[in-house]
Amino acid sequence: MRIVVCVKHVPDPQSDRGFTAEGRVERDPDEGTLNEPDEYAIEAAAALAGPDGEVVVLTMGPPQSRDAVRRGLQRGAHRAVVVTDPALEGSDAFSTATVLAAAVRRIGQDGPVDLVLTGVSSLDGVTAVLPTLLAAELDVAHLGLAADVEVDADDVRVRRDADGRSQVLAAPLPAVVSVTDRANQPRYPDVAGIVGARSKPLTTWSLADLDVDPRRVGRAGARTRVLRAAARGSRDRVLLTDDGTAGTRLATYLLENGLIR
Amino acid sequence: MNHSTTPPTEGTPVVLVLVDHHDGVVRSPTWEALTAARDLGEVHAVWLGRGLDTDALAEYGVAVVHRVDAHGRGAAGPDGYDDGGEDGDGDGVGDVATPEEPLPAAVAHALADVAGRCGADTVLLTSTPTTREVAALVAHRLEAGLVVDATAVHRGPEGHVVAATEAFGSTWAALVEVVRDRAVVALRPYSVAPVPVGTARPVEVRQHRTDVPAGRAVPRVVWRTPGPATRPELATADVVVAGGRGTEGDFALVEELADLLGGTVGATGVATHEGWIGREATIGQSGVTVAPRLYVGVGVSGAVHHRVGMEAARTIVAVNSDPDAPIFEIADVGVVGDLFTVLPQLNAEIRRLRA
Repeated sequence: MRIVVCVKHVPDPQSDRGFTAEGRVERDPDEGTLNEPDEYAIEAAAALAGPDGEVVVLTMGPPQSRDAVRRGLQRGAHRAVVVTDPALEGSDAFSTATVLAAAVRRIGQDGPVDLVLTGVSSLDGVTAVLPTLLAAELDVAHLGLAADVEVDADDVRVRRDADGRSQVLAAPLPAVVSVTDRANQPRYPDVAGIVGARSKPLTTWSLADLDVDPRRVGRAGARTRVLRAAARGSRDRVLLTDDGTAGTRLATYLLENGLIR
Repeated sequence: MNHSTTPPTEGTPVVLVLVDHHDGVVRSPTWEALTAARDLGEVHAVWLGRGLDTDALAEYGVAVVHRVDAHGRGAAGPDGYDDGGEDGDGDGVGDVATPEEPLPAAVAHALADVAGRCGADTVLLTSTPTTREVAALVAHRLEAGLVVDATAVHRGPEGHVVAATEAFGSTWAALVEVVRDRAVVALRPYSVAPVPVGTARPVEVRQHRTDVPAGRAVPRVVWRTPGPATRPELATADVVVAGGRGTEGDFALVEELADLLGGTVGATGVATHEGWIGREATIGQSGVTVAPRLYVGVGVSGAVHHRVGMEAARTIVAVNSDPDAPIFEIADVGVVGDLFTVLPQLNAEIRRLRA
């Protein structure tokens, strides 16, 4: 089985995040990490590929994004591909899907790709539409919110948990599957994994290496633009540590602030 | 079948709204979407499946409702799901875009078809995990701009759709303009106040049939949770009390507090996965999005898959024994302590203050 896992390098959710005056997402080049939901996709890929399969971890982003695929290599991926190009800056989800699809097709030139796995959303965008758009660009099915993934001959089958109920969906390979945090328990990279990752192949592609029209991507290709953005006033937070009276104090607070009647 | 493409009054844009209904009863976030749509142009509604209620739609200013039968079977496989039912009975076979079985690829196909036929330049839906997928697919097919989880929408001076959204865990508010000629917007529930029109006018009904191609891009449904699709009252609750891992399976205190506050009990994915409460109580990525006036998290850590389902709550209260729990980053009132000590005290004091 050949599986491509798409991952993203995102600003650390614990860090201060915001927009610049021009309405661009502020990205500190030094702060960033592998998008946590993607860890479940990497783990699922490693399990499905087994000892005979191959997992390729793929990302699109600024140069520091290679950190995200390195973490994938540490967690069981065999090869990594980074697509980076200044022309891609400001790409929206549609452009990102176009580029990732082109990369998947190019990866497929070495041998058919059976499955593309992703996490359900990125912690910076949280729109959760990329897996759907990627499948649309590849003209394959998207099986989303997958809590369980099984591959059987030429079919993939998932249990999709959404809107408070479950469905089991099936589609022929190749397909795109986005996995939730209920799918597995991601492994922590061990010393062997970290050391071994250093010698695994990491390829970098620019837009010129892919068959993508530059006018369709980047800021010029974006379908929306931010007119203005402002930090919402930080709520006045109250934090109590229980000294045996917190329950009582909380009740008083709720009543005094009109939160309970 | 009426495939009339009678154009709207010259120059009036058409806005298409997907009606979210079950058993013929329209869910309230649809009224919000129809209210918002009136600011954008002539309002058309799409009704999938049976049970069309034109009177209710007329009260919210719908000019035309497009009733759609979407037929298809998805990609065939050796064990195709087939209980021998007839097309049109909503059992998932034949009908691939019904409220009982909302396969995103099929719903999107139907919606995009209707949008093309009625010349809509904007498509509006209520944001749920399923409709966000639908929205993305429709935008892809129509080459439209997409805004997900908008809290308000209007037209800019040049006629482009402009939407208000929140980013970074609702800590930033952004105004986003769609630069394409067509837009798809998924509105966050409970963001827009629903307002009926003063005088309801008769609604024109147009019937459509759309055939979803049986290609590899449409998954097939092999099994689904038995029983009718019901959205729990959780989604519309004014007060929500949610239990998480910290309850260790004992929801008694959570339920007691919910009763005292007149609220509804919810839970994290962990709690429902453990079987401590039914899956329909899940708040978060795999479940319901809530936007109550008051949310109380009891033994809830606040991991992102839950947070995205409740961070729009007006006031967030959290009780957790771990001072590093992420929920304290978004809580307005946080109590670090043992819920088995704090909650009994809280509940008792609420009773006492009211007495």
